[in-house]
Amino acid sequence: MKMMTSNHIDEIKKIVKSGRVLTDESDRFSYSFDGSFGTFLPDAVIQTKSTEELAQLVKLANREQIPVYPRGQSTSLSGGPLPVKGGMVFDLSVMDDLLEIHGEDLVAVVSPGILTANIHKAAEQKGLMYPPDPSSSHVSTIGGNMAENSGGPRGLKYGVTKDYVIGLEVITPEGEIIKTGGSTVKNVTGYDLTKLIVGSEGTLGIITKAVLRLIPKPQGSETIMAVFNSLIDAGSAISKILSSGILPSKMELMDKASIAAVENYEPLGLPLNAEAIILIELDGHPLALKDEVKQAADLCDSVGAREIRIPQNAEERAEIWKARKLVSPAIARIKPTKISEDATVPRSKIPQMCMRLQEIRDKYDVHLVVFGHAGDGNLHPNIICDKSDKEEMRRVEQAVAEIFTAAIELGGTLSGEHGIGLMKAPFMEMELGAIGLDMMKRIKESWDPNNIMNPGKIFPEPGQKLELS
Amino acid sequence: MKQSLEQLREEFRYEKTNSCVQCGYCLPVCPTYITMGKETHSPRGRINLVKMVGEGKITDLSVLEEPLDLCLGCRACETACPTGVEYGSILEAARAALVRRKKFSAPVRLLRKAMFQKVFPNRKIMKFTGNAFWLYEKSGLQKAGRTSGAMKRLPNHLGDFEAIMPQAVSPAERKKTPNRVKAKGEKKYTVAFFTGCIMDAMFQRINRLSVQLLAEAGCEVIVVPKQTCCGALHSHSGEMEETKRLAKQNITAFEQAGVDFIVNNAGGCGAMLYEYGHLLEDDKEWADRAAAFSAKSRDISQVLVSCGGLSNLHTYPGELVTYQRSCHMTNVQKVTSEPLDLLNSVSGIRFIEMEQADMCCGSAGIYNIINYDASMDILDRKMKDTKATGASVIITTNPGCLLQMKLGIEREKLSESVRAMHLIEYLAEAAGIS
Ligand SMILES: Cc1cc2nc3c(=O)[nH]c(=O)nc-3n(C[C@H](O)[C@H](O)[C@H](O)COP(=O)(O)OP(=O)(O)OC[C@H]3O[C@@H](n4cnc5c(N)ncnc54)[C@H](O)[C@@H]3O)c2cc1C
Ligand code: SF4
Ligand code: SF4
Repeated sequence: MKMMTSNHIDEIKKIVKSGRVLTDESDRFSYSFDGSFGTFLPDAVIQTKSTEELAQLVKLANREQIPVYPRGQSTSLSGGPLPVKGGMVFDLSVMDDLLEIHGEDLVAVVSPGILTANIHKAAEQKGLMYPPDPSSSHVSTIGGNMAENSGGPRGLKYGVTKDYVIGLEVITPEGEIIKTGGSTVKNVTGYDLTKLIVGSEGTLGIITKAVLRLIPKPQGSETIMAVFNSLIDAGSAISKILSSGILPSKMELMDKASIAAVENYEPLGLPLNAEAIILIELDGHPLALKDEVKQAADLCDSVGAREIRIPQNAEERAEIWKARKLVSPAIARIKPTKISEDATVPRSKIPQMCMRLQEIRDKYDVHLVVFGHAGDGNLHPNIICDKSDKEEMRRVEQAVAEIFTAAIELGGTLSGEHGIGLMKAPFMEMELGAIGLDMMKRIKESWDPNNIMNPGKIFPEPGQKLELS
Repeated sequence: MKQSLEQLREEFRYEKTNSCVQCGYCLPVCPTYITMGKETHSPRGRINLVKMVGEGKITDLSVLEEPLDLCLGCRACETACPTGVEYGSILEAARAALVRRKKFSAPVRLLRKAMFQKVFPNRKIMKFTGNAFWLYEKSGLQKAGRTSGAMKRLPNHLGDFEAIMPQAVSPAERKKTPNRVKAKGEKKYTVAFFTGCIMDAMFQRINRLSVQLLAEAGCEVIVVPKQTCCGALHSHSGEMEETKRLAKQNITAFEQAGVDFIVNNAGGCGAMLYEYGHLLEDDKEWADRAAAFSAKSRDISQVLVSCGGLSNLHTYPGELVTYQRSCHMTNVQKVTSEPLDLLNSVSGIRFIEMEQADMCCGSAGIYNIINYDASMDILDRKMKDTKATGASVIITTNPGCLLQMKLGIEREKLSESVRAMHLIEYLAEAAGIS
């Protein structure tokens, strides 16, 4: 990797005719962070809507071995867009001009800087739905969502981002512009490069356009809130419902600590002495819904739910989901630092994972809050700590490592949706094995022979360890 | 200035930046992020710059100047922030820290001093300015200025502001503002009216109407003589010592009045009064008195609603009205529903909310004079949303917003068909009071 020189900057400015090249210190600092940890200064930040100009810049970068870091809105929780080796940051949030809904083909064609919530809105206006719903939808870009293969509560029934991307335009790390996939749901022509790029965390190329699959919007939805005296019982209720033939559109879990945090933040009348709450959303035809609501409520009852609430109108429903939405901000008020993990286990292993998490919490004496997309096994164990307390942070490091181990031992994975990025790179081999990891590396090397595209991510550097303190 | 990191952290309120988890939830609501299009001008970016000072990573403090200067201080980011970052106090501390170090050029320094220490706080001078407005308008100078284009050549685009200057009240009438007005009918509250320096100089008429409407609603209204400027403009510019001095003068002036509420009709002033408690919290002698003052401070719309509203309000059927919210009223005082309640009590009105109603209009104190171009970009976006409503009346609740919306109407060449009015003017018109 080479240092950037003023000649490079001059050449970059010559290429970027339609946009801006930012090199002031205030700008460089402003593109040095994301939603996780660390400060890494880029040498230059590029903002242009022109795919051609970006491709030329990548050619320059490849020739001169300058790192390139694609960036959406930098809400990544894993260090994805951090320019850890300097070089150029491409601010792709400025590519926000294209958002077309093709009702007859059931697809959307979008540029990467479009905010995901705007796709939700546009689809809904035509009676359609773009299901992936990360809770950061209103602030994250579809480009970032694709690169991280983001998901949300609806993942349980509808899947995640990768299940809806069917075509891409990509700038390769050698500066060529290619198209993958197309506008059809079925497509078996050659390797599925679309799926390879989705979830590649910006290490295999820059997405400059995408075709997304849409589905008809469900006609109705209902919500159930079930309250439990034990976290393990709540886990059993989840498994029971999932094996009963009903497929809820969302199934979310909140533990005691997250209930308390939300009530502290904004009193919503949640039961403070409960050990866990699960929130279930069912969607579909109104007649079928009636039946399923009753069945799901009965199942919760049968495993010992102490209370079941079924809101009667849209407002009451919104109130219940608000509680879930508030967990993340509410827990951030307890202590300044929030380590947000997204280890995921097979659905049947949820009760065991809950147990392991409680053990880890006690063993390392950390403030652990558990909530998340219980329906698909994607729990969010969050550790609330104070990064200025070095001793506490060392305990947190150990607890995080043990959470990963537990997830993998139960047949699960390091990351359900936030990506590997910087923080989880050291644990890759534990999940994939040496050969599995090496096969991935070989893919990276053949796409990006000079390792200029988002270098320092996914693959651990020799001796790299998780460092929070 | 050589300082330890500890001192810098204290001065910049570094510890407050730690509650920012960099989630970006504040980005879509920040007017300067939207119009300037880079993270450097976003709340998250600005907070990070302060964080970097506290972590010793930024040592050249001038790096912060432009990003902080270009912040409107509208505090929409605070309302959007899920973790409760106190952006307002981070901004205030950082600006004060920069002002302390800044070597302004001699003329600028003199001007700042004159404006902040002499002009705004001095009722006599502000009155004189008000009188000068009157003379200027009545003498036909304003007309001459408007048509000859001479005003357009004024520095800093002051010429544009000339076109929107309010109709002045004659000096004789200005003196007529009484010091005590009895409640009409049964008395519900005794209130003290906060006149505000800019409202008093430029919008005397609105002040007079405010007092009348309060009386109409059942308030006995007192106008306390020794009151002064609220200090908001000083605080936004980092002149904290002067802000505190003004606050103390106001607290002293009003606490003797023994009223139920201290009422203002300017969102920006109201927010400052609302924050006196916070401003003086570390001052043992004043903390309690300041908190008591702030607890009594209300926007006029709150008091009118508390009194049960106004009766017999009429306009012509179907008049389309929209409301440009005052940022400080929304984000600091958290007063949002009362102005709408009052508007909706006018019979005949068709109220229509604009898109992004919470977004700042770009006036922001004297931001539109100092950062003219940035302000106009924000205003032009605002006017797009305003025009889309088709409204013929744009209601505001703060003098700065009122002038800015008038400017927007001029820029869009809509002055024939659209009026910008203070809520009070509109209610008075609907009540048949002039
Ligand atoms: C409060 C909060 C809640 C969140 N909730 C969820 C959640 O529910 N589910 C979830 O999955 N995630 C969640 N996230 C994580 C984050 O929002 C997602 O990872 C999101 O997809 C990132 O989008 P972004 O636009 O911010 O991209 P960035 O953070 O800017 O970038 C993310 C990655 O994408 C790459 N990238 C960005 N754009 C492109 C492009 N056009 N081409 C190639 N690579 C690109 C970057 O290099 C980087 O590796 C949450 C984050 C926060 C702060
Ligand atoms: S919303 Fe709050 S926590 Fe999130 S980036 Fe903005 S200031 Fe920071
Ligand atoms: S106060 Fe207003 S302009 Fe300043 S950062 Fe916050 S939202 Fe943006």
